[in-house]
Amino acid sequence: MSHPESKDYFGAKLGMWLFLFTELLLFGGLFLLYAVYLRRYPQEFAAAGKQLNWVMGTANTVILLTSSLFAAMAVSAVQRDELRRTVLLILGTILCAAGFMVIKYFEWSAKIGHGIYPGSEHLKAGSPGESVFFSLYFMTTGIHGLHVLIGGALLAWIALKVKGGSVTANDFVLLENGALYWHLVDLIWIFIFPLYYLVL
Amino acid sequence: MSTERPPLTSFWNDTGRTGITSWIFSTDHKRIGLLYFFTTFGFFLVGVMLGLVLRIELMAPGRTIMGPTTYNAVFTVHGVVMIFLFILPGLPGAFGNLVMPIQVGARDVAFPRLNLLSWWLYVSGAAIVLTSLFTGGGPPDTGWTFYVPFSARTGTNVTLALFGVFIIGFSAILTGLNFITTIHRLRAPGMTWGRLPLFVWSIYATAWVQILATPILAITLVLVMAERLLGTGLFDPAKGGDPLMFQHMFWIYSHPAVYIMILPAMGVISDIIPVFSRKPIFGYKMIAFSSLAIAAAGSLVWGHHMFVSGMSDTAVLVFSFLTFIVAIPSAIKVFNWVSTLYKGSISLEAPMLFALSFILLFSIGGLSGLILGAAATDVHVHDTHFVVGHFHYVMFGGAGFAFFGAMHFWLPKFFGRRYAEKPAVVAWALMFIGFNVLYFTMQVLGMKGMPRRYYDYLPEFATLNLVSTIGSWILACGLVIMLVNLFRGLLKGEPVDSNPWGGASLEWTIPTPPPTENFVEEPVVTHGPYDFTRAGEA
Repeated sequence: MSHPESKDYFGAKLGMWLFLFTELLLFGGLFLLYAVYLRRYPQEFAAAGKQLNWVMGTANTVILLTSSLFAAMAVSAVQRDELRRTVLLILGTILCAAGFMVIKYFEWSAKIGHGIYPGSEHLKAGSPGESVFFSLYFMTTGIHGLHVLIGGALLAWIALKVKGGSVTANDFVLLENGALYWHLVDLIWIFIFPLYYLVL
Repeated sequence: MSTERPPLTSFWNDTGRTGITSWIFSTDHKRIGLLYFFTTFGFFLVGVMLGLVLRIELMAPGRTIMGPTTYNAVFTVHGVVMIFLFILPGLPGAFGNLVMPIQVGARDVAFPRLNLLSWWLYVSGAAIVLTSLFTGGGPPDTGWTFYVPFSARTGTNVTLALFGVFIIGFSAILTGLNFITTIHRLRAPGMTWGRLPLFVWSIYATAWVQILATPILAITLVLVMAERLLGTGLFDPAKGGDPLMFQHMFWIYSHPAVYIMILPAMGVISDIIPVFSRKPIFGYKMIAFSSLAIAAAGSLVWGHHMFVSGMSDTAVLVFSFLTFIVAIPSAIKVFNWVSTLYKGSISLEAPMLFALSFILLFSIGGLSGLILGAAATDVHVHDTHFVVGHFHYVMFGGAGFAFFGAMHFWLPKFFGRRYAEKPAVVAWALMFIGFNVLYFTMQVLGMKGMPRRYYDYLPEFATLNLVSTIGSWILACGLVIMLVNLFRGLLKGEPVDSNPWGGASLEWTIPTPPPTENFVEEPVVTHGPYDFTRAGEA
């Protein structure tokens, strides 16, 4: 049997999309809990949601949307074989990811400083709805933050591959899949942001 | 009996690499399939040992060989090992990997390195689960369902076991997306969707369930771990949470998961029966469609595990109704298998015997499932040995017997040698008899009201429990004979040619054992998988 080592781009992207579905479903479980508990504790959720800092949330939304733009531009750049620009754009994405995590850090420390964290005395003393809200908030944003870190690391590795010359205009499905993953991280935040910061 | 080695053209030796690393770092789907086979089957034997120990404890009322705490740990570990380490990864991982790529006419799966990663994740997860048994607060004692609030509070090593299962979930997701991509992208020229062997269809449906359901299990396990480590309280009523939400989320995964276990088994049966009936499968399209229908409908019925949990009556009614809908595609399969037998030229060799007993045992298990699916009757037999009997009829009599059938049907193809027929039939007969004595008795005990998950019982259940335990010994004897005969045959038995059974799907057109790249030249498929007039041709 002859061995033409042709890469199946469509197949590689199909695999990535299937993986993204599983990520959506993972967060789907958390959104399901949000829906059920929101219906059970509407007032407590509203009161607790007001305690979140919407300025920081908005800043992070803008940062993530910008990072996704950079990621999409990096894919366009690699298609035109502008490898230097590709690396710079990926670094822009990673920088945004870092900015997101820094803001998240300040947001979390402010909450923890006020005694609001899973299992805290403050939450135990408060209403059960508030405790559930903040537990969900920390779990959801925590797992999302983990995805930001993983996505950032993934893109950094791909940037090295671009620099090393194994991702080029002829073979860029790795970068495209990395960018797809990054858009997913962005997309999930687009759901988290209104649910926790805005609608309550 | 010949002693010559297989020719130097098979995947056993044609890469020139030898030693353990040529296996555990191989990206060849056949080697990975065999790795899966030996690891999952090894865990199956561990699970069997634990099951036999449980039956010895229940042989007589009162304490026989262990106390309640040990009993709780043993049935938990039996369940976790059998479900998460054997039956979920077993058929897709072992036979999905071994056979499916060849059946679609591919050289390998779509992502060979990812496939190897799946196996490594599985082995790592299994190692973590095993570690949890011997460290910390000792083996988990929650049952394989990990129900809160007990799983959130017990001092045993639940967190680590959950983490191991979480890792194994990753492995299942990666296998699933790999198989779906393979079936979509790597079919040989002429291998249309209507010419796919039904085993491939069932693996395809299974892969979708693996992808769509497993993430929910993952997040649920993460939340229980967070509950134990951080005190998040999302399932703790004292902190505003609801334990019922755990049950919902657990079963949103775990009910579809039973279809991960049974669908590939149905695929095995759909491939064995026409070969040994020398007749094309009856209702190809309906069997293929019913696999997808089972996968879809099976994802909507999780609530039937929760009829007595305090869920609303409306929900009970809806879930009960949906449960009955799953019976339709399952029955479609059974009727089509039986219709395939009709006026066939039936040859009762070992794989066929396993397939035929699958039909009977699965039907008993499926019909007893309807008793549990109807809310009115479920309330009476809930959490009794009736459930244990039902579950084992479907999972062991169904998926387990199909696994044995697949071992007899396909492993000779990969080893180049076969087992002796007579001991295989004797082993099958012993297992079939032992199985029914063991589990039918359990169903009767359940009807009489014996609850499950207790190490002790009322004296009036003593006789039937003794009968059941004796059944477990008969089953174990059959299993030992099967193992000795099968593996002895695979290593030293008679050599087999490329098509020992006269099958018409692609795996029977290539040399035995297959070369690393499977096909000597790229196949162009010209006929369906059950067109026996052209068996042996692509």
